[in-house]
Amino acid sequence: MTRSLSAPVTVAFDYTRSTGPVLGRFLTGLRDGRVIGGRTSEGKVVVPPPEFDPVTHDPVAEFVEVAPTGTVASWTWVPEPVKDQPFDRPFAFVLVTLDGADVPMLHALDVSSVGEVSTGMRVQVRWAEERVGSITDIACFEPATDGGFETGASAPSSTIDPVTGVIVPVSLDYLYAASPEESAFYRGLNEGRIVGQRCPTCQKVYVPPRSACPTDGTPTAEEVEVSQTGTITTFCIVNVPFLGQKITPPYVSAYVLLDGADIAVLHLILGVPAAEVRMGMRVKAVWKPREEWTYSLENIDHFEPTGDPDADYDAYKHHL
Amino acid sequence: MRDVAVVGFAQRQMPEFDGSPTCVELLVPLLAECYEQTGWTRRDVGFWCSGSSDYLAGRSFSFVQAVDAIGVIPPVNESHVEMDLAWAMYEAWLKIQTGEVDTALVYAFGKSSAGVLRRSLSLQLEPYTMTPLWPDTVSLAALQARVGIDAGVWDEAAMAEVANRSLTDAEKNEHSIRKGGSSVEELLARPMYADPLRKHDCSPVTDGAAALVLAAGDRARDVRERPAWISGLSHFIDPMSMGTRDLTRSPSTARAAADVDLSGVEVAELHAPFSHQELILRRELGLADDVRVNPSGGALTSNPMFSGGGIRIGEAAARIWSGEIERAVGHATSGPALQQNLLCVLGSTTEGARN
Repeated sequence: MTRSLSAPVTVAFDYTRSTGPVLGRFLTGLRDGRVIGGRTSEGKVVVPPPEFDPVTHDPVAEFVEVAPTGTVASWTWVPEPVKDQPFDRPFAFVLVTLDGADVPMLHALDVSSVGEVSTGMRVQVRWAEERVGSITDIACFEPATDGGFETGASAPSSTIDPVTGVIVPVSLDYLYAASPEESAFYRGLNEGRIVGQRCPTCQKVYVPPRSACPTDGTPTAEEVEVSQTGTITTFCIVNVPFLGQKITPPYVSAYVLLDGADIAVLHLILGVPAAEVRMGMRVKAVWKPREEWTYSLENIDHFEPTGDPDADYDAYKHHL
Repeated sequence: MRDVAVVGFAQRQMPEFDGSPTCVELLVPLLAECYEQTGWTRRDVGFWCSGSSDYLAGRSFSFVQAVDAIGVIPPVNESHVEMDLAWAMYEAWLKIQTGEVDTALVYAFGKSSAGVLRRSLSLQLEPYTMTPLWPDTVSLAALQARVGIDAGVWDEAAMAEVANRSLTDAEKNEHSIRKGGSSVEELLARPMYADPLRKHDCSPVTDGAAALVLAAGDRARDVRERPAWISGLSHFIDPMSMGTRDLTRSPSTARAAADVDLSGVEVAELHAPFSHQELILRRELGLADDVRVNPSGGALTSNPMFSGGGIRIGEAAARIWSGEIERAVGHATSGPALQQNLLCVLGSTTEGARN
């Protein structure tokens, strides 16, 4: 058994970005099936166009259409593609200098073996079936089948219905590990116990536990099982729906200071009308049926009032 | 300018860290080592700065969680960079130069193995025209290596020589996670991975953390007989795009080198995560033939994200503390294909510092 518990987790977000006039012009071109570069103050045609001139730092304003054909300036073989790359089978990444451009651009090349790619080989754009104004409108490059594209035509800086934004989905997969102390906490929950850690310096008991006491930086060494009964130190009544909400509002979310702990845990309060929940109220953990237990704080379904008299304010005022 | 020295250094490196990506349990013993080396407690530290990334951790605010390792009552003077330890050190050095503090402890951490490192690093690229293609770090480095080979600037044998020397030197470094030299011929007989790179041309995915301690003037002399005085510190950045720079060169390294005095340097610890990148750096720095490069084994044998650069500075400093050498340079890189480069020149005396 490893020291720590772990579980797969995926972190994902769709980044919405405005393009500005230069990248917008480039992406509008791709949507329309044209490759547009920018001319720099040194007279070079650069694809994709840089937003600002590398020498004068002025905005790049002169656009030039280049050919969808070009020459491989460098390449590498990708034997083990990672998720979301242009191919999920081995392929080549290439730097391609398009005809009419002075510097190369990065993209993928579709060949079936490493022997089919070489520096200097002629390639052409393979357009995506559906083009939306994204670098992936170029599905990839492929070995050239013919030549003869006119290049160097100046491209108008204004276009019909220009692309002004892109959405770039980003999704990252992790194997997320809990710290050894957190692992003890989750293993305890799987056995119906609530386990914290005591700081040897200040004697504070942390639930959930932390690897070091945030007050003084001392490693928390001692495992402590705390009570399943505690005191509501503060609470709020949730009336507002939000994305990902699991419980229908209104409901009460409260900090519960378990007897024997110095840090309150956030949990759900049921078994009492929301309007009657108050600071100092004594509550106890209500567990889900044992067969539903796992390594999770969700094993505790909610907390409900014990019916005991409220705790004195002095008993929890240092834990607010 | 104030005289500032590196007076403490601690590191942990491993293929897979069995613990949380906030690395608190890794940082606590590391900071304890720094206290032991300096004789300080955490209250002697005037400024803290850390380097890490939530993209590596797979959770939000991992650097806030990591602050647990310091202990923050009473409150501490603390900052963070989403960059390597070397840049956290740069911020701390500036902080000491302002006169606000005399001492600093900088640390960095990363659990690279929690995700797919070469893929996660696509998020440091230009987000419109590069990231959507998910060009992984290894592929970008391989494109660079090919450009140099095609141009005749280096060849596969020169790359293998770098790898062989690194793997041989790593045998003497307990922290290196890949070690064992053989011969250039044997390395060249191994299969290609990301053509023209073989696996030994690429640094191994490494988890780990490291810390450096800085102190000014007499505070440094109080800690060590031979503090490693910082006589030069400089960093520059090249364009991110792979198309608009000459990939066989590193203008940012050359500019950083022009800003510091490299004369008399005996050891160069260069942060080259790919073998051909060491060749680029050596050329730009114009190092003499007798300068020992990466006696620690370097990043090719162990390269924890966010501390691999700072570790180069710590390794260089340790050789000055011990009396083995008088002058050294530590280098750190960040970004795709050597985009950003930092140089830190260290010496056994404060002479040569640009005051």
